[in-house]
Amino acid sequence: MLNHMIHVPVSILCFTANFLLIREIHVANVASTGFCQPPTSAGGQQHESHGDLRSLSSSLFIIILHFLYEIMAVHGPVVKIHPVVLASIVDSYERRNEGATRVIGTLLGTTDKHSVEVTNCFSVPHNESEDEVAVDMEFAKNMYELHKKVSPSEVIIGWYATGYDITEHSVLIHEYYSREAPNPIHLTVDTALQSNKMNIRAYVSSQMGVPGKTVGVMFTPLTVKYVYYDTERIGVELLQRTRASPSRTNGLTTDLAQVASAAGRVQEMLTTVLSYIEDILSGKVMADNSVGRFLMDLVNKVPKITAEDFESMLNSNINDLLMVTYLANLTQAQIALNEKLVVL
Amino acid sequence: MCFGPFPLHQTMASRKESAASGSSPLETPVKQIQIDGLVVLKIIKHYQEEGQGSEVVQGVLLGLVVEDSLEITNCFPFPQHTEDDVDFDEVQYQMEMMRSLRHVNIDHLHVGWYQSTHYGSFVSRALLDSQFSYQHAIEESVVLIYDPIKTAQGSLCLKAYRLTPKLMEICKEKDFSPEGLKKACIGFEIMFEEVPIVIKNSHLINVLLLDLQEKSTVADKHELLNLSSSNHLEKSLQLLMDRVDDMNQDIGKYNTYCRNLSKQQQQKQQYLQRRQQENTQRQSRGEPPLPEEDISKMFKPPQAPPRMDTLLIAGQVNNYCQNIKEFTSQNLGKLFMAEALQGHSS
Repeated sequence: MLNHMIHVPVSILCFTANFLLIREIHVANVASTGFCQPPTSAGGQQHESHGDLRSLSSSLFIIILHFLYEIMAVHGPVVKIHPVVLASIVDSYERRNEGATRVIGTLLGTTDKHSVEVTNCFSVPHNESEDEVAVDMEFAKNMYELHKKVSPSEVIIGWYATGYDITEHSVLIHEYYSREAPNPIHLTVDTALQSNKMNIRAYVSSQMGVPGKTVGVMFTPLTVKYVYYDTERIGVELLQRTRASPSRTNGLTTDLAQVASAAGRVQEMLTTVLSYIEDILSGKVMADNSVGRFLMDLVNKVPKITAEDFESMLNSNINDLLMVTYLANLTQAQIALNEKLVVL
Repeated sequence: MCFGPFPLHQTMASRKESAASGSSPLETPVKQIQIDGLVVLKIIKHYQEEGQGSEVVQGVLLGLVVEDSLEITNCFPFPQHTEDDVDFDEVQYQMEMMRSLRHVNIDHLHVGWYQSTHYGSFVSRALLDSQFSYQHAIEESVVLIYDPIKTAQGSLCLKAYRLTPKLMEICKEKDFSPEGLKKACIGFEIMFEEVPIVIKNSHLINVLLLDLQEKSTVADKHELLNLSSSNHLEKSLQLLMDRVDDMNQDIGKYNTYCRNLSKQQQQKQQYLQRRQQENTQRQSRGEPPLPEEDISKMFKPPQAPPRMDTLLIAGQVNNYCQNIKEFTSQNLGKLFMAEALQGHSS
């Protein structure tokens, strides 16, 4: 059962909607400069424009926000996300309750002076309807405590929600999270694939409004980068291969096969480069100096070793490996013998 | 020694009954393991963040059993053993976690546990005990062994093991003497059985992967094609040598035990013979025969050394050898490739 309910009177919703409306008009004006200034003139005049303009304002706001996401200069930290977080979010979306359109949860990670690294997350049950939103905060606190036992260095740095837009409810949830963490990040993952892509966006909130009068909240977008540990990247590479098979499954390959596949990849890349060079030679493509320099580097990277030296190096290495293999086989035979003689 | 996470007997009691009535316990109930991509990523992350100091990180696997394959859909990590109250922490933590996960519709059925390993050294008494208690409570449970060092060399190394039914029998009876093991006819090769793993992703995750591939700017590092091998080989061989030394000691102990036993047998025989002789002598002289003394009290048989450790060491040595052979075969391939490259350019 949900312990804390946030009841939202409709009037407050209207206020935020108003300021959203104001903001988006203003934002359209400053789109070229990339700054956001608090609205100076349109302060208290919009009390009449309630309900009917609300839907228009939110949709307009969304469109402009997404437009701006592409071109705006970003103020605020860079958000670095690990793939495990995104996989978790998608998984919790798939397991959502009947009737819920979106899932929310807490983001955990570490902050830096200029960046925020998101390394973990967990979903939080919540109920959402037209005019109210209820989040189980007790649960969130509990889970955070449990997670802290495992990785004490992770802190709450924000929250996520699946879905395309930022709704009014998000503002409230964001407020709750700003009590938990200084300047929380809001991450949206579009699992409904509204634009044929899974848009992953991050926002940070900032105050806006006329000081002294009602203040609203604005979400400014941030750049999102994906970071991987080395081992994570290898794991993700393996997962990528499941896309190819029709049953979406993939086994783990054995030793020599892996080397073969890695060699295959390099070979592919070499053929691409070769075809590019062919094109240049036959005049189809303009030669590019920087690419030429890279190619020179590439060819020079193969070290020039005299044949005998290389032979001797190769042979000694091969001898080492063969010796180790022989020893390993010998040991295995030995313990098998020992077994037969002693135990059985 | 660190023990794995404990299975929760209360929730699992009902399942055990149904499992016992369902499949026959001697057949392998699990033929294949299906893992979600999410679990793989979580295990990798857990080791990366928390495992650099101590070598072993552990956690619990959650999922469900579908016909003859085990699906693992989620997992959560276990905190490292701290100085304060260990017992209370563990069980409490587990129960809390599973209850909370149930709220968000994550499968809360305990199906196994995972552990990271260092160069393949995981065959130990602790692992055996933990896995035994798991398999005893939950028929189909497995232990996933994740090798981060091998993974960093280029390809994910994740293996799933179960105890063979024979080993389960022995552990149940706790009879580790040489006679007991001989009766069960168990060798180090049939201690653990490996279950093939298959990775499965849902469609939505596939979309996510596509997106990641387009947007991510992390370059491929191709560690798999790295030629340097001596460091890894040295360490593996060092570990192998240590184990073989252990094994030597163990064999020595067993030999002395056998020798002692046979010596004792001889002594017993001699004693009996002398007794007989004396008795016949006395009878010929007409005196009452000496009472038969209790032989077993006089000659106490020497303590038989437990053989379980030998088995474990043998299993571990075998594992090391396997790993080394895989590694060397990979490197041989790479060396031949390098030769081809040189041949081309020169």
